[in-house]
Amino acid sequence: MINPFIGAILFVILAPLLGGLVAGIDRKVTAHMQGRVGPPVLQPFYDILKLFEKESVVVRPEINFYIFCYLVFLVITGAIFYAGEDILLVIFALTLAHVFLVIAAFASSSPYAHVGAERELLMMMAVEPMLILAAAGMYMTTGSFFVSDIIDHQSMGGGLLVLSIPLLFIGIVYILTIKLRKSPFDISTSHHAHQELVKGLTTEFAGPTLGMYEIAHLYETVFLLGFVWLFFAGAPLLGIVVVAVVYFLEILIDNTNTRAKWQFALRSAWLVALVTGIINLGALVVL
Amino acid sequence: MANITKSPWIIHYDGSSCNGCDIEVLACLTPLYDIERFGIINTGNPKHADIFLITGGINYQNVDIVKNTYEQMVDPKVVVAVGICATSGGVFRECYNIMGGVNEVIPVDVYVPGCAVRPEAIIDGVVQALGILEEKRAQLEKEQGGAKK
Repeated sequence: MINPFIGAILFVILAPLLGGLVAGIDRKVTAHMQGRVGPPVLQPFYDILKLFEKESVVVRPEINFYIFCYLVFLVITGAIFYAGEDILLVIFALTLAHVFLVIAAFASSSPYAHVGAERELLMMMAVEPMLILAAAGMYMTTGSFFVSDIIDHQSMGGGLLVLSIPLLFIGIVYILTIKLRKSPFDISTSHHAHQELVKGLTTEFAGPTLGMYEIAHLYETVFLLGFVWLFFAGAPLLGIVVVAVVYFLEILIDNTNTRAKWQFALRSAWLVALVTGIINLGALVVL
Repeated sequence: MANITKSPWIIHYDGSSCNGCDIEVLACLTPLYDIERFGIINTGNPKHADIFLITGGINYQNVDIVKNTYEQMVDPKVVVAVGICATSGGVFRECYNIMGGVNEVIPVDVYVPGCAVRPEAIIDGVVQALGILEEKRAQLEKEQGGAKK
């Protein structure tokens, strides 16, 4: 394993660029699926740079601080992950980041942002069990919670992680739709030109504040794709191909599904976590 | 630094329009015209929008909504009056409930006449609005730079 600091620093510098390209390709592919030409691939960068050209208007000044914390903790989340550190710490840092996002939305006293924030809390509840179960599955397979050990275990002849916890991988792909804010689970806020509750929890964020939120989402995308890659870390190139396929499936699902109710999102995510978790972890214990 | 012209987000408000112009505005989003080619997104949120598209004249019921929406938009911003009713009141000009065109209540930057206005004309109007948007941005930057000193 390379020096952990290099992974973390590379993430901090490259993730927005990579995430922006992924988002740009996403919009292009989405447009082609709808029979349109679509925006330039660099469009997400134009959008974010534009937001920083706008005037800074916030309902309460502390919202800027909360959103800044959201960004910082997402950067920390990814940095810990790509440095090869403890995966439980990664999951907790991710949760903390989203808590700041929810606080920022609640602080704005807009009814739309409030409903969006409540839904974001529900979506955090929906996602959390699956992430923890995935971490538990990784521990039971490799004997360590450290990302670097999980990668080493796979490359030192332990076999691909996905072969021992295939159901947990499917579960992670399922909740990825929630995390990437794609239909049918773009419940708290959404991407592209979709509208829900005006704009859900981002309704009251304008200009540079929204810009910070968008950058944070780019970091989050790259972190999540890294998490998917971890299941195939023994064969890095195969992992990248799988990540690309998974992301393409997300775009396909985004374009072929209408938005679900939050009840369905929560129940189905828990059901998937329960079924995949019990069967897969049970199999690991018994076999 | 002209990213604002590459990513103009639109909010569309239907005043007392007959829906003819609204359908043409939405036609701009369809695969045939696809204004997302220019980075344009139809947001439903005034705080995210740069361009305010209004169709139809202003009446006494929607005047507050139009003013409120305009005030919530973050500078720099431009207003495009789409269709002849938004431009001047059109055939409804003399009606008892119509105050007139959009310029009666908020400053309008671009007028796009037509009944119903064609999608090409709307796109042309928005592109002209982008020039004004860039001017306003430069102006805002100058003012803010002056304030800091």
